[in-house]
Amino acid sequence: MDIHLVARNLKKAFNRRVIFQDVSFTAGVQQILLIAGRNGSGKSTLVKILADVLSPTEGTVDLEPRARAMFGARSNMVGFVAPYMMLYDEFTARENLQMALTIRAMRPDKSYINELLSRVGMANRMDDQVRTFSSGMKQRVKYAFALVHHPPILLLDEPMSNLDEEGIGMVRDIMDEHRQMGILVVATNDLTDIHHHDIRVDLNAAH
Amino acid sequence: MQPTEAIGSRWLRSTTSIFLKDWHSELRTRYAISALVMFVVTTISVMLFAIGSEGAPPEVLAAMLWVVIFFGAMSGLSRTFVSEEERGTTMTLQLLAPPSAVLFGKLLFNLVLIIALNAFTVLLYSLFITGFVIKTLSIFSLTILLGSIGLAASSTIIAGIIAKANTKGTLYPVLSFPILLPLLLTVINATRLAAEGAFFEEAFGEFQILVSYIVVVVTVSYLVFDYIWKD
Repeated sequence: MDIHLVARNLKKAFNRRVIFQDVSFTAGVQQILLIAGRNGSGKSTLVKILADVLSPTEGTVDLEPRARAMFGARSNMVGFVAPYMMLYDEFTARENLQMALTIRAMRPDKSYINELLSRVGMANRMDDQVRTFSSGMKQRVKYAFALVHHPPILLLDEPMSNLDEEGIGMVRDIMDEHRQMGILVVATNDLTDIHHHDIRVDLNAAH
Repeated sequence: MQPTEAIGSRWLRSTTSIFLKDWHSELRTRYAISALVMFVVTTISVMLFAIGSEGAPPEVLAAMLWVVIFFGAMSGLSRTFVSEEERGTTMTLQLLAPPSAVLFGKLLFNLVLIIALNAFTVLLYSLFITGFVIKTLSIFSLTILLGSIGLAASSTIIAGIIAKANTKGTLYPVLSFPILLPLLLTVINATRLAAEGAFFEEAFGEFQILVSYIVVVVTVSYLVFDYIWKD
């Protein structure tokens, strides 16, 4: 599938404070886009704009038209993992994933949900409420939540936060696998999170 | 697992899934139901002590019924958006559904909640408040139904607006009052007509106002919600 994520002249300002401006890039399948920059440079803001949960002050983010027609809204094409993205605490891990599909008007596939939760190391806790999980366990479930609808674009903000060594290995596998079939966007300060990237957006230079 | 149905059908499934999510969440957390029930019971008890066995004219009792319903709604209906904001799940929901599906899913949830609240309030009010007699049940039933829809519609959009504010507890009734005033004046008048035994035709003007109010509020909500929800 030929998909391109195209950002043109993006600018984001909160009131009069410009966070970044003139940010443009094009990312295609089998490419890793790295978003780098110091604290407060707007990495998370840019990732939210790419996920279509925040509007840019100026500029546009587009997807290749055929892909949009196949998947509908951009949010259906995006899997998103970030420390500030919360799951529903009062529901179990399995229920969160089922909900992620039913709200997107997709049919829950029970065996795939079980497979995903096993893959992120949550096989024994999938029927426990998320409120009982540690922050690392929640981060693992977020990966399953992000992948459950087979998104072609995976957006990761601080991908390794709260994870132990085994969890970091799991994320590396997910990143490698996703890169083979889709677009991977990683926003991080820690360049050890990512061994290789194809495109780099440096927000330190975008003020 | 790509969505293959028509857009309208997908939107409807998203809307009902959001309603069901909120419903199951409410059954587990009792965020709104507890607040609403406790408020109604407490307020009617205070009114009972204040009025005693002396009773009050029908127009006063009609107005007081809607005062209980208004403040009851204010204590519980904002939870639908405020709880998402407090738990940090607003962005999660933004990722899952289009804004209009979120708005109508939340509206549906608030509607079910306010209809249940109003049924409970009317039951307690009829049982315990001396002198509250409805002579034209058809006017009263339709007033409660249209009043509930109007209250749910305005409460939902106002809750969406105030959810990100720091002083949401105070802001909600303050912002709601001028928006709900035309609705409240109309439902109070219609309830008075029902208590006085007026013919159904006499309340027709009130029903026209209520239907117009609902259409205007729902349309404006639909048009502005994209901006409220996203930024």
